Amino acid sequence: MKWISPALLLTPRLTLASALGGNQSALNPHGPLASRISELWWYMFAVLTAGYVVTLVILFWALRQGRRGKRPDLIKSRNVVLIWGLAIPGVVFTSVLFYSVLVGQTMSVDPYKNALTIHITGKQWWWQVRYLHGSDVIADTANEIHVPVGVPVKLKLSSTDVIHSFWAPNLSGKMDLIPGRTNETWIRADKEGVWRGACAEFCGVQHAHMAFEVIAEKSDKYYQWLDWQRHPAITPTTDQQRHGLMTFVTGPCGMCHAVRGTTAHGSAGPDLTHLAGRRTIAAGTLPNTRGHLGGWIVNAQGPKPGNYMPRLNMEPEQLDSLLSYLEILK
Amino acid sequence: MTEREETQLELADAELDCVKAQALRAPGLGEHDAQLHEVWKPRKGWVGWLMTGDHKRLGILQIVTAFIFFLLGGLEAMLMRLQLMRAENNLLSADLYNQIFTTHGTTMMFLFAVPIMQGFGIYLVPLMIGTRSIAFPRLAAFAYWTYLAGGIMLYTAFFLGIGPDNGWFSYVPLANSDFSPGKRADYWAQMITLTEISSMATAIQLIATIFKMRAPGMSLNRMPLFVWSILIQSFVVVFAMPAVATASGMLASDRLIQTKFFQIAQNGDAILYQHLFWYFGHPEVYLIFIPALGIVSTIIQTFTGRSIFGYLPLVLSIVSTGFIGFGVWVHHMFATGLPQLSQSFFTAASLVISIPTTVQIYCWIVSLWRGKPRFTTALLWVLGFVQVLVMGGLTGVMLASVPFNTQVHDTYFVVAHFHYVLIGGAVFPLFGGIYYWFPKITGRTLGETLGKWNFWLFLIGFNVTFFPMHILGFIGMPRRVYTYLPQMGWDNLSLTATIGAGILFTSVWLFLINAAKALRRPVLALDNPWHADGLEWATSSPPPVYNYKRLPVVESRDPLWKRTDPMPVLTGLDETKHEVVITSVLDAIPSHREHLPGASPWPFVLAIVVSGGLWVLVYTSYAWWPSLLLIGAIIVAWYYRNSKTERSGAGGF
Repeated sequence: MKWISPALLLTPRLTLASALGGNQSALNPHGPLASRISELWWYMFAVLTAGYVVTLVILFWALRQGRRGKRPDLIKSRNVVLIWGLAIPGVVFTSVLFYSVLVGQTMSVDPYKNALTIHITGKQWWWQVRYLHGSDVIADTANEIHVPVGVPVKLKLSSTDVIHSFWAPNLSGKMDLIPGRTNETWIRADKEGVWRGACAEFCGVQHAHMAFEVIAEKSDKYYQWLDWQRHPAITPTTDQQRHGLMTFVTGPCGMCHAVRGTTAHGSAGPDLTHLAGRRTIAAGTLPNTRGHLGGWIVNAQGPKPGNYMPRLNMEPEQLDSLLSYLEILK
Repeated sequence: MTEREETQLELADAELDCVKAQALRAPGLGEHDAQLHEVWKPRKGWVGWLMTGDHKRLGILQIVTAFIFFLLGGLEAMLMRLQLMRAENNLLSADLYNQIFTTHGTTMMFLFAVPIMQGFGIYLVPLMIGTRSIAFPRLAAFAYWTYLAGGIMLYTAFFLGIGPDNGWFSYVPLANSDFSPGKRADYWAQMITLTEISSMATAIQLIATIFKMRAPGMSLNRMPLFVWSILIQSFVVVFAMPAVATASGMLASDRLIQTKFFQIAQNGDAILYQHLFWYFGHPEVYLIFIPALGIVSTIIQTFTGRSIFGYLPLVLSIVSTGFIGFGVWVHHMFATGLPQLSQSFFTAASLVISIPTTVQIYCWIVSLWRGKPRFTTALLWVLGFVQVLVMGGLTGVMLASVPFNTQVHDTYFVVAHFHYVLIGGAVFPLFGGIYYWFPKITGRTLGETLGKWNFWLFLIGFNVTFFPMHILGFIGMPRRVYTYLPQMGWDNLSLTATIGAGILFTSVWLFLINAAKALRRPVLALDNPWHADGLEWATSSPPPVYNYKRLPVVESRDPLWKRTDPMPVLTGLDETKHEVVITSVLDAIPSHREHLPGASPWPFVLAIVVSGGLWVLVYTSYAWWPSLLLIGAIIVAWYYRNSKTERSGAGGF
């Protein structure tokens, strides 16, 4: 029996633990919308489970009664159908309707006219995240959304290629990113932390690797971060880093990626001006470490086959200096 | 014919007459049977199958073909479960996984669920309403062959490694040529068009048959519930399928002749496609589910030995499900940013549509309570249906709620939900129906012991597979991902689901063994092994080519249980021709005799040309004019030959 114990016996306990916790879970709400939705869910769960159990109990009870020869007359039969099949479901479903319209109003009404606005653009298969001041981009990052804790943030969602869907379950329900349209939604993180999200609309071959993180920080830390994002990239100080910068701007990197303050202005891939400050690379797929970054540069098709970053052939020392440069881009 | 007496039916045609006869099926093959057999028999050999207009042959072809697609779709599901059983598994590549989930969904919806239900309709409806054929035998043949061609087209692409990979819904702009170069999405669009042509042809066929060819006396309020459900399903098909055929046609023309319906940069619209698709896509669920409701009612009635309780509410429920089913499609689009007010309307409609189903569930519960249930395998499948479908229905109620929907939409919660609804609502009743009608179709019963193993393993396997997916959805697992990271914590539940899929796999194997064993047994002596009351059991099992020796006249809602003895029959048809009697829509009063065309090669040839034309169009848009010319020529030939054989009255059926 040893072979089944780890997988199966742990399942119920793990199920409970992960259903209640997790940083990508709808049942671990840390924002007002997700909280209201999860309350709505628990309400529906309670009444509908009760309805389910009652239906099965009545079914088995009826089978038993029938076998004992205790059969209902016409009036009783009709009443059972009218009460259990029509009236009670009618009342329960109506309550679900009113409750969800109420919760829906919280979602659709935009209570914060001049709220902080973040522009998120879905791309195959990463998220472009921009903070605007007027029409100036003051921060341009990828797959990471920094927000101040307890402050409602408006998200403007669009796409430049296919339909994606923005979903950070701990904070809110999802909203599609549709090319040619801009959808709006809002989130508010009520607790510091890193909340993970993922694309929920099938968007092509690497749909599975299109995640992002919402990083909720105290206000001062958030503004510190935002201030830093305005700055162009740090200039290299050592020869190796300078060599790395040369590799970046003269090699293929700069054709798709931008590093502000250098001559690399590519726009197909994420802006890398502050790459080293990010927690993950490849849209939440890999942790942002030197080793993973190096592996990603030479073989992006390995962990994420079909994505638009080509395999790059590099000499080991060339890669080494490139990584040394990228590492200083805090 | 020993007795002969007038009935109260009004007979518009002087030659038609109602007679009371001892039995609908005389023992042994008399001269009369030989004559009927000669007129209705199909041609010999495989040519006979290609040319046949016999609804029984076409029904069997369609049911068997759809079941093979069910097995293929199931194997694809098994592969997906094996890929997902642990994090970062390398069994399938991303590209292959995407092809497989697309093919799985497309197969199950377009090549299995709808066709198999229609197949049962084609086979059973003429028997249940007491006639010798369906209304347009050649159209039925054409429908089957186009359906088969659509399936072959999809699987040719799939096995060549160019299977569609945009999901069974094939959303734009992902399916536009910019993001899906190559021919994959074209194959999908053409295959959809073909299967929709087939479904619509069958639906029109079934509506005409049910409205105009019922046995004298089978007024609408005496019609069996299964026939009601097929009638409503057919109406839903007629109104829903044009929407998706439009969408797939627009998609194909965008891709092939550069129209701009869905090109965002040229003011095309991505949401338009979703509206068209889901305007069909949600009724699609109901047109799979509705015939299953008919099957459930039939099985419950037979195995309780008592008329179903609540015929009227059951019929009204089916009808209202068909209607309201057209008002709920936007609940597939709650995350697209539509205004709150319009969404609330669709929430309300999506909740209201649950009511007819709860009414039906309680009608069935009361029917079981009032009768003496015999727990055969067929009835067990119905009880399993209640357990599974009700849970799927209740998660459906949850999904009607806009805010909650935005959390679980496109997650494994939805995967769990619709498998509970579709497998619970269609596959369980279907297996019940197969156990129930297998003796009718083949003359042999399926083994009850193996049947019960088949059922219990399926029920357990199903719940082990799909229940954990509800939780996976809550803890963040989106649909249509070919793999996931180890730190997501989805492994255990995914592994559990994969183990469940293995149990399901075993169960379906047992069914195949059961069927193979049954087919090797000799034909039963009994024509009505379940003591059922449906008219289809009044003739021999399997039925003769002409269905009924004498066409029955119906006197009540339970034609075999409540009838005068001997049962009245209709005479006066010319038995040297393919003649059927046409009756009025409401009260089934005979009005005239109709001569049906016989076997013909043209439906098959036309299906080849239509599907071949659509196939070549994938590669060159110039294929349209030779295809149209050929189609025109074939239709002329079809009608010309038709009038000739009609005059001669020969040529098989």
